Parts: sequence; structure tokens; C-alpha cells
Amino acid sequence: MTDQAPDGEYDAWLDSIEAGEGYYLECGNGHGWLPPRRVCPQCHDRDLSREGLPDSGEIASHTTITVPTPQFEDDAPYVTAVADFGPVSVTGVVRGADPADVALGDVVGLEVGERATTGDRLVVFRPR
Amino acid sequence: MSDPRIAGAGVTNFGKHPERTGRDLFAEAGLEALDAAGVDPEDVESLYYGNFMGELAEHQGHQGPLMAEAIGLDVPATRVEAACASAGAAIREAVKTLRNGESEVVVVGGAERMTNIGTAAATDALAIAADDLYEVRAGMTFPGAYALMARSYFDQYGGSHEDLAHIAVKNHEHALVNEHAQIRKEITVEDALEAPTIADPLGLYDSCPITDGAAAAVLTTEEYAAEHDLDAPVAVTGTGQGGDNLALQDRPHLAQTPAADKAAEEAYADAGIGPDDVDVAEVHDCFTIAEVLAIESLGLYERGEGISAARDGKTTRHGDRPVNLSGGLKAKGHPVGATGVAQLATIAWVLDGSHPRADAVPDGTVGVAHNAGGTVASTTVHVMEVKE
Repeated sequence: MTDQAPDGEYDAWLDSIEAGEGYYLECGNGHGWLPPRRVCPQCHDRDLSREGLPDSGEIASHTTITVPTPQFEDDAPYVTAVADFGPVSVTGVVRGADPADVALGDVVGLEVGERATTGDRLVVFRPR
Repeated sequence: MSDPRIAGAGVTNFGKHPERTGRDLFAEAGLEALDAAGVDPEDVESLYYGNFMGELAEHQGHQGPLMAEAIGLDVPATRVEAACASAGAAIREAVKTLRNGESEVVVVGGAERMTNIGTAAATDALAIAADDLYEVRAGMTFPGAYALMARSYFDQYGGSHEDLAHIAVKNHEHALVNEHAQIRKEITVEDALEAPTIADPLGLYDSCPITDGAAAAVLTTEEYAAEHDLDAPVAVTGTGQGGDNLALQDRPHLAQTPAADKAAEEAYADAGIGPDDVDVAEVHDCFTIAEVLAIESLGLYERGEGISAARDGKTTRHGDRPVNLSGGLKAKGHPVGATGVAQLATIAWVLDGSHPRADAVPDGTVGVAHNAGGTVASTTVHVMEVKE
């Protein structure tokens, strides 16, 4: 585990997922983003509200990484995916499925896990 | 508006030179460029220098003045960083400086020392071009990010790993005669398909190598070139740069690169040309899929059609519009901060007839260079044309 100061709103966002209260930020025009954000990069709106993250998302793309960075050495091979949760998409590691079986459109839930190599917190997708 | 001339260029041999310092690599390329240009070093008024990972690879920041000193110049020197598009962004600054009358002679270049820290550390260093909080911490690597884009492309437009293999085969073949290229080895489609997987669907031969190297060019105003009777027939006639959300997760499409669309549109408008006028292109094929995305964003192919261009022979040196005659990043190599200027040098040499693959476009007068950073969150496009 790396002993360092938390990364503000990002770590608070992970905390919210661990507490079962995951959220995203939405501007007045319905554009969704993950924190930290002070302005919508799409329409300049600064009035961002916290909205509850949908319970599940769909795998939009995925890859099984066999040559990792040193920080993921003991995790490899692992599947990194982008999952579409509707208003926002999220990047995470798929667990609980054989990498060969992961497919586009798979429905996944979002949780916080632990990186095997370093013990750092990790966004995890688990098949529903 | 005056179009800056490319008065001379120099590149080191790209490859594994772990013992060579960045400053020595750049000195070789920079001095070669100054010699080729034939300008008085006292006339050089500024240096724009691209570098991405100098702090991580050499524990060296503040590289602008260091590199000016390395080529014997005492001029304002600025390092430009835009990940793998650092040198492209440096070219853009040089062009603007020449056009607005700030300078008459500018050196632009870049260098990267990468192999000295080994593959694992270089992979780690390259990954920081992605969003650290949302991508790197989810295990994203540079090949992994392009693998996500490749899978999304196949899903939206079709195509296969075999189509990508044809791009690798083409670029390896192009590099065979390039004495500066890191990999001068012919490969087959089967070789590419059977190579070890890095991040599926991408394998070893879909990826550019890790490279040490440098590139530099001397750009002057049109007026300076004329007054000093320089042999500088190729001009930079268009410059464009585009941006995008840094993280893939925040983009509406994983299989398109709108930053490159914007850069191309701006560069073409600046030059007063369109994609149909382009005779030859050097594009940022850090991975085979990246060449597909690049030629589509440049408007050379419709969406979904770039994937088959190499397989159909259209982008080979025998095709109607060759792409990456240098061998591209794939075979020439990719010393990150130098790549954009190496592309500019290639186009200049192809258009003036001095490049070993210039015979592929004997009547070519218009070339473009597409230099992309990260997963194309930064892109520069430059149009170059023969003016004499």
C-alpha cells in the first residue's frame, strides 16, 4: 500500500462506491462526468449535481493485458475494460470471469477491490 | 502569410542506444540539421524542443537550454510536451514564431532516451500519458488503451487482426531501405498473427518498439531562404492541432479520433488544400490500429474503410497514396519526443527526392504529417508542399 495523501474527490468517489452510494456529476444539460470536476467540459455549465450511479453497466470494450506496468506485475494477466453506465463510462478491471469469456455487452456491477501487486484500491467490474 | 521553409533536417539512427545521453542524441541530429541547412548558427533565434519522459528516463527536467547548448546555440529554448505529439507541437510553435515575424530562423526538434530504463519502466513511463486516476490505476497500459480502441473499431466497422497485420507487414517493408530505422526486417502476415499477445487483440507486431533517438530541423522564413539562396524547396504550408478528453471513458466514441479530425481540418484550411490533394502521408502508427484511425481522421479514407487500405495495397509504396514510407513508428521506431520532427524530415526528403523511398511518389508535391499524443488526446497535423 502506498502511504501518501489521498487524491481528494477521486478517493472520496471510491469511498462512495464502497459504501454502496456511488455517484457521478451531471450538468444542467445532462452531461455526466466523474469527479473531480468544476465545469462541464462539453458545455461550460458549472452547476454540477451529484446523481446516483446506475446499478450496472455494459462492457463497451475490453482487453486482456499480458504485459503490465510494474504496478500491476502480480495482477497480470487481467482484463481492463471500459463499461458504459449510461450517463458516464467507467474504466476498471473485470474480476469473477474467465478473461476469455468477457464479451462486449456483458452486464457488470461496480465495486472497489484491491490491486494484487501493491494493495492499492482498484475499480472492479463483476459480472451480474 | 509566409510559409516557413524546411532548410535542413537531421535524424539519428533510431534504435537501442541505452548508453547514449539525450543531449548527445540531440546534438547529433541538431548539428546534422544545421549543416544540411547551411545557415549561420548566429542567425538561429530560438529552439523548440519536444521531449516526453526525460524526468523519468534521465532524471532531467529543464531540457530546453540544455539542448540548445548541446548544439552550440545561445537562444531562447523551450521544451514542448504533448506526450507522443511533443515534437509536432514544437513544430507548430516554430511555424507560428516564423509566421508572426518573431524569428527568421528556428531550430525545431526532439529527443527521447528510453531503453536505458528497460521495458517495464518504459511501459510505466509511457502509461502516464493516460489519465492517472481513472486509467493507469485501472491497469491501463499504452498498448492496452489502443487494444480497447481496436476492439471497439472491429465491433463498429468490422475488420480483423489480419487486416492490422497487413499494416505491420507494409511498414516493415517500407523500412528495409531506411538506414535510420530501428527494425529493418521483412515480416509476413503469419509472423504478425503468431507473435505473442501484449494486450488482446494486439500483439508484438502491432506495436512500435521502444526507441532511443533524436530528430531536428531548421525552419526559416520564405524571405530568409530566398535572401540566403538556401536549397529549401519544401514549405510548411499548413498547421493544425486538436484536443480531446484525456481518458477514453469520457469520449463518445472509442473508434474515432476527433482531435485528429480537428487538426486535419485546420491544417488543410490553413494550406488551402483538401485530403484529395495529398500525395503521401506519415502518420502516427504507434500501434497498427492507430494508422487506421489516422488515415480516416485525415480524410484519406471514410470511416470503416481505413482498415483494409494496407491489405488492398492502397497505402503501400506501390499504392496510389503511400502511408509511412519511412517504415512508420512501427518499424522506424518511436523515440517519443522526436517522432513529429522525424515525420517532418521524412516528408521533406520524400518531396525533394532525397529519401530512399521517394521513388514511390516521383511527382508528389503535397505531404502530410500526423503526430498523436496519448490515445490521440493531442494531435498535430502539418501540410508540406514543394514550392519551387
